Amino acid sequence: MRQPLLEARGISRNFGHVQALKDTDFRVMPNEVCALIGDNGAGKSTLVKILSGAGRPTGGELLIDGRPITFHSPLDAQAAGIATVYQDLALAPDLTPAENLFLGREIAMPGVLGAAGFLNRRKMRRLAQEQLEKLGVQLKSARVAIDTLSGGQRQSVAIARAAMWAERIVILDEPTAALGVVQTQRVLDLVRRIRDNGTSVVLVSHNMPQVLEVADRIEVLRLGEQVADVSADEVDVDDLVRAMTSGKPREKAA
Amino acid sequence: MSRQSTNLVHQDRIGLEERLLNVLATGWIFLLLLVMVAAFYALRPEQFGSVYNIQQLAINSAIFMVLAVGQTYVIITAGIDLSVGSVLVFASVVSAKVMLFLSGAPGTTFGTTDAGWGIVAIGALTALASGAAWGALNGVLVAYARIPALIVTLGTMGMALGFAQIITGGVDVRAMPERMVTHIGSGELFGIPALVLIAAAIVIVAGIVLHLTRFGLHVYAVGSNEEASRRSGIGVHRRLVAVYTVCGMMAGLAAVMANARFGTTTINGHVMANLTTISAVVLGGTSLFGGKGSVFGTVVGVFIPIILLNGFVIMGIPPFWQTVAMGAVLIAAVWIDQLKRQLRNRG
Repeated sequence: MRQPLLEARGISRNFGHVQALKDTDFRVMPNEVCALIGDNGAGKSTLVKILSGAGRPTGGELLIDGRPITFHSPLDAQAAGIATVYQDLALAPDLTPAENLFLGREIAMPGVLGAAGFLNRRKMRRLAQEQLEKLGVQLKSARVAIDTLSGGQRQSVAIARAAMWAERIVILDEPTAALGVVQTQRVLDLVRRIRDNGTSVVLVSHNMPQVLEVADRIEVLRLGEQVADVSADEVDVDDLVRAMTSGKPREKAA
Repeated sequence: MSRQSTNLVHQDRIGLEERLLNVLATGWIFLLLLVMVAAFYALRPEQFGSVYNIQQLAINSAIFMVLAVGQTYVIITAGIDLSVGSVLVFASVVSAKVMLFLSGAPGTTFGTTDAGWGIVAIGALTALASGAAWGALNGVLVAYARIPALIVTLGTMGMALGFAQIITGGVDVRAMPERMVTHIGSGELFGIPALVLIAAAIVIVAGIVLHLTRFGLHVYAVGSNEEASRRSGIGVHRRLVAVYTVCGMMAGLAAVMANARFGTTTINGHVMANLTTISAVVLGGTSLFGGKGSVFGTVVGVFIPIILLNGFVIMGIPPFWQTVAMGAVLIAAVWIDQLKRQLRNRG
């Protein structure tokens, strides 16, 4: 069996007396879109926070490439090649797409100018354009501020930014929640291309037809426990709903 | 999976178009400045266009220019600095006291001292350092203590002015080194007043740093979305402290220029400096919400009230009208900015 890129073993998380996660497992394989679904309160957000370094588990361990690892902050997770796109996107609305893609990792000019902090905007623009082109993101202009773009384009830039710097895994938390039909389709295309470029994607979603359309594998959480880990072509919406609500995934009709 | 071809739009061509539109949209205040200059020149060519008058305009704007450049940085981070005028006064008083002490002249001396360049340099450094210290205090309180900039700088505005009055007993220090007054205050280089050269150098350096360097980009990023900047690994707190420190240091430099120009400290002369610089920055298209702005815009914004006043005086219109006109222009500037934003959000 292949080694998972990222594996969570026996993760639990307590908030006082509330057990948000109970001894739950989760894994992300190389080159796959892994959907994480579950009803409200199933523990999806808590798990995502732990995977992205924003939260600490009460028990259990995380492994990357089979080696145990501890994240003390989101920066640790980023250093391990895991980037998360939250629903608030975290872009600077007044900056251009290129400036946003490179924010915090700007490219300086060569030589003395670079040592003095001068930016190589031309190179950043070119690389940004290459990245967006590679992922099929179309913008009307690369030079205008982010806040002049549509919601879907902004979402695409945020995801492209995460994919640019995450070597292993991009985690998307409800990426299409606020989008229209066409824009949702574009984001799903983007998800596939990220996978095709060699980065795995964790897709947190409510939308089951969407999950079945784009995911390779689906993990279902119910009341803080993993109740299903299935390949996407083996299940349909009814199976998933049953797993989410009753916790019995493969109860075949008699 | 097969390679999918992507038909990207011709980005540069559209980018250029949008840029032109942008220049037109933000450039109206620059056009207003040009129209004002043209109108005053057409009406009173020999007075308004005289070399003397143009020199006076440039000198009058020099000190405000330096203050407004610092204010531009602060406002782009979505902050505000109300303390610039008081910090100027504090720095000028401390600097003047130090120079007076070092030149061995009694404290009540009027006119000038014969202090050498060394003492002038120490005085200037003192002004810069004390300005920077107030700025750093502002920055630390805004960034780490998370007190709103409006309150922090309102507080330090009172404190800096208060300390300046305590140090001097409320009486201006009226003795400056003669060399400083002659060579910096009223000196010229190639026919250009020294004060104007200092302001021009500051404008150019500040513009380059803001628009071309990593630090400048981070100033915009922090003002645009502080949380996003933090998640991207930018040291938001350190950037904020740096920006407020630079703004304070600019007030210190303005203090040196004011001392040199007037030959005395001017404790009661900078009460309105904060509002004048803020309105200049806003007139120049810098957003009070942060993330947007330019040094060039601020230059235009500084010149507008000064040329308006000058024109009114030459035309024989009571100068009090300048205050009225400036208020109206400021409101109009922000209103037009709002309309622009609405238009863009709709389009």
